[in-house]
Amino acid sequence: MHILEKLGLSLFLIAMVIFTLSLGMDSYTLTESSLDVGNRFHQKAIMAASSEIGLLEEPVKSKFQFIRQLNKAIILAQEDLAYGNLPGGIESEWDYRLGDWKIKDYVLAIVKASGDGLVSKNKGTFFLLTIGLAILGGLLFILPTFNLIPGIKNNRIYHSPMMRGLQVKGRTILIIGTVIGVLIYGLVYMNGNFIWPLVTIAVIGVIYYLVWIRSGEKESGVPRSASPNMTAWVGVLTGIYLIGFYVLLYWNPEFITPWITIADPVSELINGGPASRWFLYGLLYTIIVLVMGIRMIAKYRHNQYQVIRTSSVMFFQTCFAFLIPEILGVLNKPQFDFKNIWPLNYSFFFDWNIDQLISSGGLGVFMLVWGILLVIIGVPLFTYFFGKRWYCSWVCGCGGLAETLGDPYRQLSDKSLRAWKYERYIIHGVLVFAVLMTGLVLTSYFTGNSRVIGFDSNNVRTWYGFLIGSAFAGIVGTGFYPLMGNRVWCRFGCPLAAYLGLVQRFKSRFRITVNGSQCISCGNCSTYCEMGIDVRHYAQRGQDVVRASCVGCGICAAVCPRGVLRLENASGDIEERTTQLRSIHISENDVRLLE
Amino acid sequence: MHVVILGNGISGITAARFLRKLGDHQITVVSSETEFFYSRTALMYIYMGHMRFEDTKPYEDWFWKKNRINLRNAHIQSIDFSGKKLIPASGESISYDKLILATGSASNKFGWSGQDLQRVHGLYSYQDLEAMEKYSAGLKRAVIVGGGLIGIEMAEMFHSRHIPVTMLVREKNYWNNVLPAEESRMVSRHILEHGIDLRLSEELKEIHDNGQGEACAITTKSGAKIDCGFVGLTAGVHPNIHFLKDDALEIDRGILVDKNLQTNLEDVYAIGDCAQQREPLPGRRSIEAIWYTGRMMGETVAHNIMGNPTAYDPGIWFNSAKFLDIEYQVYGQAPNRLPDEMDTLYWEHSDGKASIRINYHKYQGQVLGFNLMGIRYRHEVCEKWIRDKRPVEEVLQDLGLANFDPEFFEEYEEKMIELYNQKTGKKLQLKSKRGLSKVLSFLKT
Repeated sequence: MHILEKLGLSLFLIAMVIFTLSLGMDSYTLTESSLDVGNRFHQKAIMAASSEIGLLEEPVKSKFQFIRQLNKAIILAQEDLAYGNLPGGIESEWDYRLGDWKIKDYVLAIVKASGDGLVSKNKGTFFLLTIGLAILGGLLFILPTFNLIPGIKNNRIYHSPMMRGLQVKGRTILIIGTVIGVLIYGLVYMNGNFIWPLVTIAVIGVIYYLVWIRSGEKESGVPRSASPNMTAWVGVLTGIYLIGFYVLLYWNPEFITPWITIADPVSELINGGPASRWFLYGLLYTIIVLVMGIRMIAKYRHNQYQVIRTSSVMFFQTCFAFLIPEILGVLNKPQFDFKNIWPLNYSFFFDWNIDQLISSGGLGVFMLVWGILLVIIGVPLFTYFFGKRWYCSWVCGCGGLAETLGDPYRQLSDKSLRAWKYERYIIHGVLVFAVLMTGLVLTSYFTGNSRVIGFDSNNVRTWYGFLIGSAFAGIVGTGFYPLMGNRVWCRFGCPLAAYLGLVQRFKSRFRITVNGSQCISCGNCSTYCEMGIDVRHYAQRGQDVVRASCVGCGICAAVCPRGVLRLENASGDIEERTTQLRSIHISENDVRLLE
Repeated sequence: MHVVILGNGISGITAARFLRKLGDHQITVVSSETEFFYSRTALMYIYMGHMRFEDTKPYEDWFWKKNRINLRNAHIQSIDFSGKKLIPASGESISYDKLILATGSASNKFGWSGQDLQRVHGLYSYQDLEAMEKYSAGLKRAVIVGGGLIGIEMAEMFHSRHIPVTMLVREKNYWNNVLPAEESRMVSRHILEHGIDLRLSEELKEIHDNGQGEACAITTKSGAKIDCGFVGLTAGVHPNIHFLKDDALEIDRGILVDKNLQTNLEDVYAIGDCAQQREPLPGRRSIEAIWYTGRMMGETVAHNIMGNPTAYDPGIWFNSAKFLDIEYQVYGQAPNRLPDEMDTLYWEHSDGKASIRINYHKYQGQVLGFNLMGIRYRHEVCEKWIRDKRPVEEVLQDLGLANFDPEFFEEYEEKMIELYNQKTGKKLQLKSKRGLSKVLSFLKT
């Protein structure tokens, strides 16, 4: 290991330790000013209740205790506001009563505002010691790569306890554990409404039956891509850390208020206000894409395609996903991400979003039309010309993270036929779910009735947001990088990828061509395919590759030691060349294309 | 009918797969190397940590049962050709109706003193890889004897684990008995750039025993003594047929086969590295230990066994390799020394890591071969130009058709034309740039 790598890694680890410990370094004092929750009735009631239980103006060391006390106070306040007539001047009971959904918002805001310990008093210092130090460490770690002789450098990946993946057993346990955990939490999330968790279990059961039993995968034995006798323990710990991060970010943000506080200085710089949890997330996301993007460029700097593509995802993340929405926010416009397309952007057709856009004047209406045009014209048109890569590995934020932070884990995708079967059922299942959910929500929007053909569209969309939007895209999508590869969400879950994939499979010029008979079946292409495509299967037969899932990252072509694969945009002979065996070289007159 | 294939490398497995595609015979593949077929060319990547052994298997483990290809793990000691059976070291003998010998190669040893010590290995089989792995622990230096394709692979392997490597190469420049001088120098430079101790015009004299039957140092012919904990013997390979001597089977350096890959015995065929053509095709060697030819032979032999007599014809020569970070492709004739009637056009990138060479007939002008370093060309296009004897000037103007480099890579076709114009005083211009559509219509002409 290079001295700079050691130094960089040490700094990064120190930063991560401080970052993690910072969660417990603050103490909390509820004051009148930290109770500024925007509604004076609520504020008054919560203040009264917290005074009653002795929380007001009393510093609390433990965050858990503070949150417990605060929740108690809010519930007391809620009871106070629950009955009786509305006071004069109040028209809507929503302005007066304290609803369950309001409580979640208030807790986060109050906890953040009540922090008055080490972290809250030294935001700037902590920003430098955590995020700043991690950036420095990361860059130092990456720096020596620029000094290496350019070329494919995958040395010792499978010797690394971070990147070598899991045994089948370990992987199965983690998947089942995650599914069970998500469903149990979902039950809580849906306030005990068990219908949707049950429906989800039924769907999982059907897919399991179709793949495992009906198509005979039970007989197939251990899939080739599973690691036989090693487990990446550092990878597992990293995965668990990431999963923990997402669980807290999405569902329990009141526990990570110091992190949000740390982001305050940057937020104030960019939009003049304190950070929200989504600002924190966007900031971290962008920094990670940028730093790890530099790593990707260093690693593949001999390959122009990779350099340009990586620069593209770095640009779209920084500008389109992060800065433009922030600037729009400052200008009091909807914080619109111009490159986020339905159905990945599943809330695009939600009533509040449509209403907000329509009520924001010309720009808002433009955003609405833009979003719709992307779905019905942009996706098919660009995908026809360039394949789904134009989005998935050049523009998309999820793809951007996968191609930068996720690059060290791309070899962990499962290449077995079985995994492909699961993939097709699951991803198209999610697409159907997204379309049905959006259909119900839109019907409700136009009829004004939340019940549509016996379904409560609010429940459906809440469950979609929980199960697909948060659990699948976030927790599994990123948390499983070191466990099952960097494209778990893109491959198995993303409904937009499914849509792009259908266009790519049936009506696109994009394909990967195979260079005659030069393939030596070494398997580098398959190993480093993040989408789990068994590229070698095609390459060794001389067949051009057209697969719905291919995101066109171009790594298969980059790692090929014999120059066999090339990404192309041309439709000629695509039917013939993707179906016939072509790596045949027995005498010209005797060439028989064999079925 | 029971077809038995001895050897589960690319030749034997291709034969088995095509036999299954073409018919319904009982097929058994016998090997003692690994349970399932893996790609021998990928052994280096396992050692370097790019892949696991699992990843080098081109087919999933269920594939064989599903396709009714029996796999038998047995080490064959001899073959009873009159009784039509294989005699394994242990267990029941295996009877056959037709036999395909695909026993591959073994590493060359030229009678060096100490060549059979422990810590001395070639790199050909999975067992060789295991040995390399075993002796790599605590290894201070490895010496590699021989500068061919396997030698440089072995050097890269040790280098990837930061184990110092000394490479003894008999030639004046790396592999210059195959590569033309410029390319050979390029690779030599690149090896040195990586910090590998490349010793040109140097040969092994003897390997020293540490007293426990293990290699501990070597002496070169020039008298240098080098301490090392591993000696890699990579001075070529020879057909792995030692157990077939003194039999009815006609053998020279390899198992002699006719153009249908049949041996002197009826119902016995030989393919791949172990086969020696009685009448090699013009311009080809009688034994070609190459992945691609093994695959073609496997396919050809399947046709022959299925009663569909097919002559082995590997077509226009092609090959590829990778020297550390520099990819190499060759199509057609690219000899290390130019014959009289051959002219060459050679362009090298200023960074010294990429080059294009086009060989053509000095008098008749047709294109004869392409030699590429660090640049990818399209197999089908080059092959068609050579086969159709296209004039070099036409090829140069259409050179974009051959470009197979990834998108956004710099294109060097103009440079080649410039070079040709300089040389001849002509004013050719590039007509076709890189692009698949044009390639597809060209291939149909």
